[in-house]
Amino acid sequence: MAKQQNQFLKVGTLVISLFVLGACSSTSEMEEESSSTEAAASTNSGSSSGAGNNNQLTQEQIRAQNALRQTVFYFDFDVAEFKPADRETLTYHARDLAANSSKRIRLEGHADERGTREYNLALGERRANGILNYFIVNGAARSQIEVVSYGEERPEQSGQSEQAYGRNRRVEVVAQ
Amino acid sequence: MNFRFFSIFVFILVFQTPSSMAELSIQITQGVDDPIPIAVVPFFMDSGSVLSEDVAQIVRNDLEQVGEFRALPLSNMISLPDEEQEVFYRDWRILAQDYLLIGKINQQPGSQLIRVQYEFFDVNREIKLAGEVLTGNVTQLRDIGHTISNVVFEQVTGVPGAFTSQLLYIVSENAGPNTSLFKLEKSDYDGARPQVLLESGEPIMSPSWSPNGQDVAYVSFETGLPRIYIQNIASGQRRQITNYPNINSSPVWSPDGTKLAMVLSKDGSPDIYVQDLISNQLLRVTDHPAIDTEPSWTPDGEFLVFMSDRTGQPQIYQIALGANSFDVERLTYDCFQCAKARFLPDGVNLVHVRRETRQALYQIAILNIETLRVITLTDTSLDESPSLAPNGSMIIYATKFNGKGVLDAVSIDGRVKFRLPSTQGDVREPSWSPFLN
Repeated sequence: MAKQQNQFLKVGTLVISLFVLGACSSTSEMEEESSSTEAAASTNSGSSSGAGNNNQLTQEQIRAQNALRQTVFYFDFDVAEFKPADRETLTYHARDLAANSSKRIRLEGHADERGTREYNLALGERRANGILNYFIVNGAARSQIEVVSYGEERPEQSGQSEQAYGRNRRVEVVAQ
Repeated sequence: MNFRFFSIFVFILVFQTPSSMAELSIQITQGVDDPIPIAVVPFFMDSGSVLSEDVAQIVRNDLEQVGEFRALPLSNMISLPDEEQEVFYRDWRILAQDYLLIGKINQQPGSQLIRVQYEFFDVNREIKLAGEVLTGNVTQLRDIGHTISNVVFEQVTGVPGAFTSQLLYIVSENAGPNTSLFKLEKSDYDGARPQVLLESGEPIMSPSWSPNGQDVAYVSFETGLPRIYIQNIASGQRRQITNYPNINSSPVWSPDGTKLAMVLSKDGSPDIYVQDLISNQLLRVTDHPAIDTEPSWTPDGEFLVFMSDRTGQPQIYQIALGANSFDVERLTYDCFQCAKARFLPDGVNLVHVRRETRQALYQIAILNIETLRVITLTDTSLDESPSLAPNGSMIIYATKFNGKGVLDAVSIDGRVKFRLPSTQGDVREPSWSPFLN
């Protein structure tokens, strides 16, 4: 029963992620950046290969490269699920892991200082696990990923402002 | 398991020069309306030598700090007795003093040994309540002062004083861009004589005293992952207690000192476990996909109180040790979030961190689980990590003041408050020692 649910979830998430990817396949921001990073991107041996439509592959590679450059994902207060806006970027991270089986990463979960320290330690893990599960559903292997929560012990920004709190509720993808 | 040892510097420093440490010094932020008037006469130095500490001043500070007493200013004293036959009760009644403490100190020339004789009087009843001679090394003047404070406090209030107890706490300091230094420190109850027990470039969390006051359990990230360690306070000798996957945290000693309650998320989500420190046997106590954390023992050692967000928000629950994991009793219903709970020795009053509404205000409160009466003790907004004094009279906790982590203490009736501001770094996670001998 649990297994079935899991698989259903897996397929469902895949369908959703493909849909999301399709829906925002061309944003103006990415188009603007593409010309400047094209050269760099084409020399890099990305995850996709083959000689179909060279131009489109390059576009896709650029999108992937840009996505992989984002390694910090921020969360809302008291919320353990990553923001829907980060879904596409996280999908690229997952595919990158799936395509490079020797790659190892560490997901570091963090919380802001509000609430008790032990609860925040658990909350940081819950946030990182959310991304871990998303990566696995999208093709990464469990053995490629280590999860560690720092709770509120390693803030990105000190202080009691909403801005600081927003920067501290995060999961960082750290290459190993 | 993907377990890695990072080469991170971890020093055990039992002795260090005091200058590099975060010295805490006490400030009284709120006292009682009708403090007990007491005269503490400067102790007479027999031998004329000058000591590094003023014992009478230490006693005065102790008594005023806990808010119950007000010490008579020296300039108001009309006589300065140092032994019983020099005491004229009328002198002190005129000054409206209820109690009188006098003493003298003797140090033989060239010797490190000192003798401190003190006598304590009830001015209204005109009787001597206590008196003895304490001997020690000159380096123990603070201990001698705190010992005298314990006697005075117990004579007047009937409750043993906790002035010789100590604190453990964590300090985090900025050590360059994106670098922090974490320290586990121990000090006197008033923040004096800080001593670094462990220093690391990675976080240290959740210090907890063993019931005999000889060991501390804590969480250190020195391997890159949170793991539980036990360290002997006197020798600095330490051993790693856990190496399970994922979170290993929140170690708390059982009242008999034979077991350690802890939080492990090795099976998916954080649950409460108990490790027997003699047999090393691990007992799983809770089993729920939500977060279960912050265990504490009931005073009889038969139940564990913990926080769980199984209903969506943190609330307090308890479970009997060895019970089925379904057999959980919920203790809090009337708060948006209740966390980090621990029973007072009466087993009825529950100290906890309370967030009353959705508004992100966290305060220290006491819930009586029989009458359901709640007393909120603090009026700051980021209060956490409450820890009880061994005599049950005060709670020390961490809060923020001017953007910095500080330790505050409040009496369990909420009437008295004092603060131990740190001169450097963020101070947090205080743990008040048991009675030490």
